[in-house]
Amino acid sequence: MRPALLRGRVLAPGAASGEALVLEEPLSLWGGMDPANGRVIDAHHPQHDTLLTGRVLVMHSARGSSSSSSILAEAVRAGTAPAAILLGEADLILPIGAEVAAELYSRQVPILLLAPEDLARIPNGTQLTIDKVGRVSLPTAGA
Amino acid sequence: MLAGEAGSGTAFAMRLVVRAAEVLGAGRLIPITRAHVDACLYHGQATLDFAIRLADGGTRVAVPTSLNVGLVDLLHPELWRGSPDDAERGRRLMDAYHGLGCRPTFTCAPYQVDDARPAFGDQVAWAESNAIVFCNSVIGARTNRYGDFIDVACAVAGRVPDAGLHRTDARRGQLLLRLGADLPAGLMDDDSLYPVLGIVLGRRGGTSITVLDGLPPRVSEDRLKALGAAAASSGSVALFHAVGSTPEASSLEEAFGGEDPEAIEEISFGELAAARRELTSAEGDMPLRAVSIGTPHASLREMQMLVERLAGARPAPDVELVISTARDVLAQAEERGLAARLREAGVEVLVDTCSYIAPVLRSGSGAVMTDSAKWAYYAPGNIGAQVVFGSTAECVASAVAGQVVRLPSAWDAA
Repeated sequence: MRPALLRGRVLAPGAASGEALVLEEPLSLWGGMDPANGRVIDAHHPQHDTLLTGRVLVMHSARGSSSSSSILAEAVRAGTAPAAILLGEADLILPIGAEVAAELYSRQVPILLLAPEDLARIPNGTQLTIDKVGRVSLPTAGA
Repeated sequence: MLAGEAGSGTAFAMRLVVRAAEVLGAGRLIPITRAHVDACLYHGQATLDFAIRLADGGTRVAVPTSLNVGLVDLLHPELWRGSPDDAERGRRLMDAYHGLGCRPTFTCAPYQVDDARPAFGDQVAWAESNAIVFCNSVIGARTNRYGDFIDVACAVAGRVPDAGLHRTDARRGQLLLRLGADLPAGLMDDDSLYPVLGIVLGRRGGTSITVLDGLPPRVSEDRLKALGAAAASSGSVALFHAVGSTPEASSLEEAFGGEDPEAIEEISFGELAAARRELTSAEGDMPLRAVSIGTPHASLREMQMLVERLAGARPAPDVELVISTARDVLAQAEERGLAARLREAGVEVLVDTCSYIAPVLRSGSGAVMTDSAKWAYYAPGNIGAQVVFGSTAECVASAVAGQVVRLPSAWDAA
């Protein structure tokens, strides 16, 4: 049976739970997400129009514009932000957006850095729980 | 500073810099000499809330700080075609950053502004993707890819985490990209090679540090600017080396710091020609409604070139010809009489913002032509424009003719 607990490095603190949304391609939140409705607006992205709100985003690599910090903060303000973000590559842009949002609106979006092989074990649609020390629990295989 | 004795906004900025150091795994902070801040471009209420919170307690930037483009042209407000409410919010945010002690340069090309340009080897905190790649590659000053909020936080702290491209060992080349032997003669003299090459470099290189070999020596700053802006659009490029042109690459050996490349690849003419075609998204027979040049913001030399290329001609009556530049460069163009000649020729000069960010172009059906790969890359998503990409000479000829004009060029060999 596969272990049910993955450990990540905390890039932005917090606890959260939600359904995993595994992004098929990297997504820049600036130009890629509309903070007014929480959907993917990048017409070239395979998951165009998918709702990000309340989901745990699984992003193997971060991409794109440095203005994504602003979009994440604006999404938190508008109540359309993802519940959490799991990254396979360290990235500064999204953790700064989460830190600013936590300061301004007292709402946390935890962001964790996971080993790429651990990230690859998260199936799309799985219910995930993230705790404050960077652990991600997912249902065990066959459970 | 962290404890808040310098004011709560300053302590907030310091917390962000410390968070950045943790994320980057930096063991210490190092001083910077300058900053360039992109957070002044309005992206929703949160961006205004942040600026207000940051200013709390009389926060000031600790180093000379230039500002990136904002949402509105403060010198030519009559060019705005969007909602008055949006313009007001954009203006308030621009004013808020001016109030922190930042210089109101409002340009994506601060390297073209006197007293805003760092020197070789300087440690700085710069935001705006094209400015970052220019700063690192063409000037040889050192910055990481700073984004909204952390840019101004570093400016207030006067310090950055000692990590990434601030360190010599992280600036060595990784990927060697060679220009293929099949490139036609004359292509190196075509301005439109450089943005197209940038698109390919960004795609091939991604986040790695690419060394370009095979360009002629001492490629001009305007061409390197176009190359870097395109590379930072199609990939997360923060530094490239062009052998014989950029200051950390006088030779292949220097560009790779004496090590071997991790990979060696070649760019063929076919790949370049395809990348050039893909920058055009408009249908072939679409009428032309506007021509936009000056992305990144035009240099004084590029404004001079526009005057010369127009040679007294005017854009066709139903075509807008817009050039975007910095207010400081416009002031120099005014002194030299260039701005008056552009206005007499019917050219709109836009400052403080850009025509793919702000609603300034007349709406309507028809294509917009540009010589900028960055504009061609972002305008379809940002403002819904159908784009035709061409050389600067083709852009000017098309504006005058009132329809898309293709001139004979080295690309015809494709």
